[in-house]
Amino acid sequence: MSNYEVKAGPEAFLPPAAATMGNVLPDPGEAHIGGKLVPEDDAYDLAARKILAAKVPTIFPGPLVLWKWTDHVAEKAKALRELAVEAPMRLIPMADYRPKYPKIIQEYEINPNHPNLTIWHNKIDVCIFIGVHCHMANLSLKIIRGGTSCYTIAMCAMAGHEDACLSFRDADLNMIQKLTAKIKKLKSEGVESQAEPFTQFVMGPSGPLTP
Amino acid sequence: MSKEKIVLCEDLADIMPPEYQELVETATFGNQDRGWKDIGSSKELIEQHSLCAGCPESIAFRYILASLPAPEDTVFVGSTGCTSLVFPHVAVHNIHSLFGNQNAIASGLKRTLKARFPDVEKDVVVLAGDGATVDIGLDMTMQSWFRQEKFTTICFDNELYANTGGQESGLMQKGFVAKMAPNGKNFEKVRLPEIAREAGCAYVALLTVSKPNRVEQAIKNAIYVAREVGPTFVQLYTPCILEIGKQSMEGLDEMKESESIGGRFVQKEYITEEAQKLLDSIKEETKARKKAAKAKKPVNA
Repeated sequence: MSNYEVKAGPEAFLPPAAATMGNVLPDPGEAHIGGKLVPEDDAYDLAARKILAAKVPTIFPGPLVLWKWTDHVAEKAKALRELAVEAPMRLIPMADYRPKYPKIIQEYEINPNHPNLTIWHNKIDVCIFIGVHCHMANLSLKIIRGGTSCYTIAMCAMAGHEDACLSFRDADLNMIQKLTAKIKKLKSEGVESQAEPFTQFVMGPSGPLTP
Repeated sequence: MSKEKIVLCEDLADIMPPEYQELVETATFGNQDRGWKDIGSSKELIEQHSLCAGCPESIAFRYILASLPAPEDTVFVGSTGCTSLVFPHVAVHNIHSLFGNQNAIASGLKRTLKARFPDVEKDVVVLAGDGATVDIGLDMTMQSWFRQEKFTTICFDNELYANTGGQESGLMQKGFVAKMAPNGKNFEKVRLPEIAREAGCAYVALLTVSKPNRVEQAIKNAIYVAREVGPTFVQLYTPCILEIGKQSMEGLDEMKESESIGGRFVQKEYITEEAQKLLDSIKEETKARKKAAKAKKPVNA
């Protein structure tokens, strides 16, 4: 097993891809924490604690969960919203992967080509990637690790991500709900959310709607 | 992909950027009669572009995207060049191929889509510049026509390699002096429409993009014929205003000049008998459908 630990950055301008350092993806039923393979259940606990301890925990939903490809995806989206409310966490979409001109509005969007801008602007310290196509998630996770101090969690529906600080694999509806339940349980045991108060933005047809 | 998939998850729809909310609400997916006249009144399938100000290619993109009969069931195959800068901003599936092999990719794609979705008409449209179509990729282009692959090839003809600084291309006119071709071209412009006709294309059109209705008709004809009859080819003059020493606002005039009598781009079409029959029958059907729809409409008192 590799000794390379995938920690929150900033690591370097060009951090190595964890896979090139020998880190491997978890097998079904497993997750990885910092590159070490662990049983999936252990990862829920750490992920929930990281989220609750964060000042600006944020979910970055990608196109695979934003668009209603199937009814199952719609259920996942609903579960994500419940997770965001329960934690509480902000929701900032990674709606697409195009190099948006002249630039993205960091408060409301994240772009895989420069995800650090959104993280810096909002001072995000823990984030969850979900529904982002793997090749774009890999790119973003590496940039985030390189230039920010954000702790990254990947809830990947495929085989997971070596470049996240913590990665689940085969993430489905059940797994999102399990994470929400874990947060709920920790809160009931007295672990308080450290999240700064915020109001989730709502986007209208011509821009953000002011509350 | 079908238009039913162009729906946002209800629970996350309110955080989506406005352009996507608009795409769902007002884009013309599923509208049989979509066309260039929708531009300005509905969401276009091109969000932004990174081309130069006034570039005729950007106009061509807008007209083509507005004219696709079924954008939700269309896949573009692009190639290296200015067009490849635009595809990331387009709300239609697209594949970027290696320089010149776009028609080979499209051949495989069309066959695969036919096998995978036998009951759905999936349109494959190649969109590449003149370098990819005529110089580097002429082999792949012509072989796909010889094989009678049923997809449409669109060539954006700007008569040189614009993206790399103005090198001579096969479609450059004889005698033209470009930045990277200082001696002027020694040979005639390749007569690609005639080559396409002889290579087996059932529908061939050559025109500029100065008139949106003509572009719409050519694109629709090409796609309809490709569905039923065989390969089709549309060559559009999209001059590179930078490389021919024009200003941003002069692209339209350049196209109009080149399509006037005696110009290089006087509109022409080659249509096989079979293709013409098909187009006539589609015309009749459309006419009848519109007439029936009109008759159904309640008359306002």
